[in-house]
Amino acid sequence: MSLAEKYPQEVQQILSKYPPHGKRSALMPLLFIAQRDEGYISKAAMQDIAALLDITETEVAGVVGFYTLYHEEKEGKYRIQVCTDLPCALRGAEGFMGDLCDHLKIKAGETTEDGLVTVEAVMCLAACDRAPMFQLQGPDAIEYHEHMTVEKTMELIGELKQSEE
Amino acid sequence: MTHVLLRHREIPDIGKLSVYQNNGGLAAFKNAVTKMKPGEVIDVVKNSGLRGRGGAGFPTGMKWSFADAKSWPHYMVANADESEPGTFKDREVMENNPFQFLEGVMIGSYAVGANIAYIYLRGEFWQIAESLDRKISELEAEGYLGDKIFGTDYSLRIYTHLGAGAYICGEETALLESLEGRRGQPRVRPPFPPSEGLYGKPTIINNVETFTNVPMIMANGAEWYKSMGTADAPGVKIFSLSGRVRKPGNYELPFGTTFRDLIYKYGGGVQDSRSVRAIMPAGASSSLILVDDDSILDTPMDYLEVRKLKSELGSASVIIVDDTVSMDWLINKTVHFFRHESCGKCTPCREGTFWMSHLTERIHTGQAVRADVDLLLNVAKQMQGKCLCALGEFSTMAVVSSLERFREDFDKAVQA
Repeated sequence: MSLAEKYPQEVQQILSKYPPHGKRSALMPLLFIAQRDEGYISKAAMQDIAALLDITETEVAGVVGFYTLYHEEKEGKYRIQVCTDLPCALRGAEGFMGDLCDHLKIKAGETTEDGLVTVEAVMCLAACDRAPMFQLQGPDAIEYHEHMTVEKTMELIGELKQSEE
Repeated sequence: MTHVLLRHREIPDIGKLSVYQNNGGLAAFKNAVTKMKPGEVIDVVKNSGLRGRGGAGFPTGMKWSFADAKSWPHYMVANADESEPGTFKDREVMENNPFQFLEGVMIGSYAVGANIAYIYLRGEFWQIAESLDRKISELEAEGYLGDKIFGTDYSLRIYTHLGAGAYICGEETALLESLEGRRGQPRVRPPFPPSEGLYGKPTIINNVETFTNVPMIMANGAEWYKSMGTADAPGVKIFSLSGRVRKPGNYELPFGTTFRDLIYKYGGGVQDSRSVRAIMPAGASSSLILVDDDSILDTPMDYLEVRKLKSELGSASVIIVDDTVSMDWLINKTVHFFRHESCGKCTPCREGTFWMSHLTERIHTGQAVRADVDLLLNVAKQMQGKCLCALGEFSTMAVVSSLERFREDFDKAVQA
C-alpha cells in the first residue's frame, strides 16, 4: 500500500504546507513517515514517494543518502546516538561512549543481539553544556537524554525492553 | 540583569500564550500590522543596530530592506538549524520562550511583505518542532495568524520544516535547497536570497536569536536597544559557554562583556582550577585564541575586538580549552567533524577535509613525521578562499591557528 493510501490525511497535510510548484518540498517529511513505518527507508518506499512527487527514484535516493537521520538499512529498533564532538568530548563523552559499548558488549556502530539498540557516535546535537548526552532515535520520535551516565542509560534500555514485551 | 531574550528565567511560564500576552507579548506585532507601514518597521530595526546572530553579524534591518520589491511573493525563513559544535542557544529560546521568537518571525514577515514563513529546524529538534506546531495553532486560533489579521489586508501563515541531519543546512542557500526537497548543497551567489531565494522568489533568512530580539526592539525602541552593548554590536547576545568550565550553559549578556567575566563570574571558572590555554569563540569554526597572557581575558566580546585577536566572534559559542588539552587531539576532532559534514560540492573542501583528517589522525596517534605537519598546513592553506560557502574555510581555522600558535604540541606528537 502506498503512503498516500495508508495515511491520506497526514500526506495531504504535509503537501498543503508548500505551494503547488514547490511540491518537492514534501520529500523530507514524507521520508520520515516512510521510515517510521519500517525503521528504515526501503526501495519500495522510495519508488512510492518518487511517484507521488513526480521526481525520479534516483533523486529520492540522493536525498536519503545525504542526510544522516535517514537509514537505508534495518538496524536496531532504537538508535542511541552519542555526541562525541569537541565540546562534549571535553566533558567526558568519549569515555561514556566506550563504557556504554563495553556494558552492552558491542562496538560503536553495532547493534545488540536482541536487535533493540544500535549505538552510534554522531556529530554535535546542540547540547554541549549537558554532556555526556545522546539522542534516542526511535521509530516515531527523537528524544534527547542529557547529563547521562552508563547506569541511567542501562535503565532506559531496560525500560525499552519492557515496552517491547 | 533582567533578560531580554531568555525571559523564561524570570517568567517561568512565558511559554504559555496567556502569560506571554500578560507580559506585553504580541502587542508589538499588533501595533506593527495595524499602525505601521512595513518600511517603518524596517527603519526601527535598522536604527537599533541589530546584527544577525547566526554568525555573520550582518545588519538585520538592511537585510530586510533588500527584499526585491519587483518580484513576488516574498518568503520569510527562520534558520533553526543550530549545528555549530558549541552552540545551543536557539534551542533554549524555542523550548522556553517560543512566542517571543514566533512574534519576531511575524513582525519580520510583515516588514518584508511575506505571507508565508517557514521555520527550518534541524531534524534532531523533532520535539521542538512538535511544540512549535502547537504554539502556531494557538496563534491561529486567537487570530494572530491566518487571513486578514486584525481586520487588515495582511495574511500570514507559519510552517515548521524539519531537516534530517546535516550541518551544512545552516548555510542559508543550502538550507533553501533542503527546504525545496534537495540535498543540502550551497548555491552559487549571486543571486542572493533577498532577490532569488526559496522557489526562486525573494527570501529573507534570519537566525532564531535574531528574530527573538525584534519584539523587544519594537516594544521598547531602537534607542533602548542601543543603550546596551557596544557601538560595533549593540544589544545583548546569548553566549553559549562550553568546554572545561564549571558551569557551562547559556548566558545572555551585553556585547562587550569580557571573556574573563564570562568564564569566571558566570561560568564559575575552569574545571579543577586549571588555567585557560585557548578559547574558541565561534565553536569548531574558530581560529584558536592563544591565552599566553592573562590580559587577553579582558578582551571585550564584540565582533571588532575579537577580530583583533585574529579570531571571530561568530555565533558566540565559546569553547574553553584548558592546559590539559593537546592541540593535535583538538584539531583531529574538529577536522573529523568537517570531513563528515562537507557536502561534497566543492572539490577543495571535499578532498581537503578528507586529507586533513588523514593527517590529523596520523599526527594524533603518533604515527606521523615532521613533514606531515608541514603537509597539513599546506593542505589547509590550499583550501582557503576556494570554496563556495564558508564550511571549507571554517574547517581550516582551528588547523592553521593551532599550527601557528601551538606548534610545540605538534612537534611533541611527531617522530623526530
